[in-house]
Amino acid sequence: MTPEYRTALIELLYQLADDNFILAYRGSEWLGLTPHIEEDVAFSSINQNAMGHAAIYYQMLEDLGEGKSDDLALLRPPAAFRNAVLLELKNGPGNYWDAPDYDWAFAVVRHFFFDVFKSIRLNALKKSSYPPLAAAAGKIVTEQAYHLMHWETWFVQLMMSTDEARRRMEKALSLCWADAGGLLSLGKWGAVMAEHGLTATEAEWRDQWRQAIGQSFARVGYVPIGEPGMAHGDGRNGEHTADLGEALSILSEVYRSDPQATGW
Amino acid sequence: MDDEGLKTRVTEALKKVKDPELPGIDIVALGMLETVSVTSGRARITLLPTFSGCPALDLIKKEVVETVRRVDGVTEVAVVFSFDPPWTTARISPEGREQLKAYGIAPPPAAQRPGDPWEIECPYCGSSVVTVENWFGPTACRSLLYCRSCRNPFEAMKPVAHVADERPRPD
Repeated sequence: MTPEYRTALIELLYQLADDNFILAYRGSEWLGLTPHIEEDVAFSSINQNAMGHAAIYYQMLEDLGEGKSDDLALLRPPAAFRNAVLLELKNGPGNYWDAPDYDWAFAVVRHFFFDVFKSIRLNALKKSSYPPLAAAAGKIVTEQAYHLMHWETWFVQLMMSTDEARRRMEKALSLCWADAGGLLSLGKWGAVMAEHGLTATEAEWRDQWRQAIGQSFARVGYVPIGEPGMAHGDGRNGEHTADLGEALSILSEVYRSDPQATGW
Repeated sequence: MDDEGLKTRVTEALKKVKDPELPGIDIVALGMLETVSVTSGRARITLLPTFSGCPALDLIKKEVVETVRRVDGVTEVAVVFSFDPPWTTARISPEGREQLKAYGIAPPPAAQRPGDPWEIECPYCGSSVVTVENWFGPTACRSLLYCRSCRNPFEAMKPVAHVADERPRPD
């Protein structure tokens, strides 16, 4: 493994781990607050899967000598995170413990955007030049159909529902579209990753994502304005919002105060 | 006892280990066991996780180590998890499918391919007049259903399929 290959691989693994980790956390903040009880069951299951996927990628980083996987998830500073900014943004005003006024439309659109992308990325990673990553992707992708179906159902139904639902969904769509470009970014090491066969190229999965999302938009008669953007910066290069720092301080509070207390 | 004899005994012992989230079925019938090897009394067991993010893996590993250590002649136990090949529901044995049913969980279709419709029979009365209440259930691998014939709620194991042709071939 050349130093250049290793650096690109580690950058890629942080993108994969951090995407799943932070979105699983944002999803878990919804527990008990979703529109109905069956959704609580489904959403928790999806979040638990995503957190499990993050653990797999953090373990690969541990195996590459990056440090203990729990430390990687909980003790790195926000600037070391490589998740897309879209995935770290707060669910809405308030906190889950105090007057949550979360936006379900935002949750649906964000998860739908992410899971369409996640399927495309996993299919590309099945051919990765790093065998442990190719094997993990081959396994994770077999479960992805259930997540995708879940969010697509919500997306289509709310888009085709009442005027109010449509208005709220379109507002969420423009918010998510403004940062969807960050999902599709591979960051500054992207060209090296593709060159070494670690992933597909950024252009390839951008085209695939646009095509897949375009088909869903066509079903519900929606036309986005402009290209997916990076309004809050490129998380793949360590650019983040204050929302990430806040989430990480909550997530790691117990671990930081007493690593033994967590007991996992 | 020689290593070959020990291997048979280790494999037998593994049939006593249950998935804590599916206590009705053993890990061998579930198709999680990929390989067992024994070299000079040292056992090495490769297991395939059913769902990639399954939180029960640590417990299963602990249970496997404790069980195999009790096999006479085994001096050391190593357990590794692998995604290669990926576990699919096709790996569940016919006995495993019966064990699931007896536990009240509808087994997934034996030969599922991606995109196939999911045909589910009620584990209690065998009726296929059932409705899905929730694709997601109490664990990652199960869904919640309702039988319109015998009016029992029940769970079903989600089919997980894999197209072998899509896997990269080593050059």
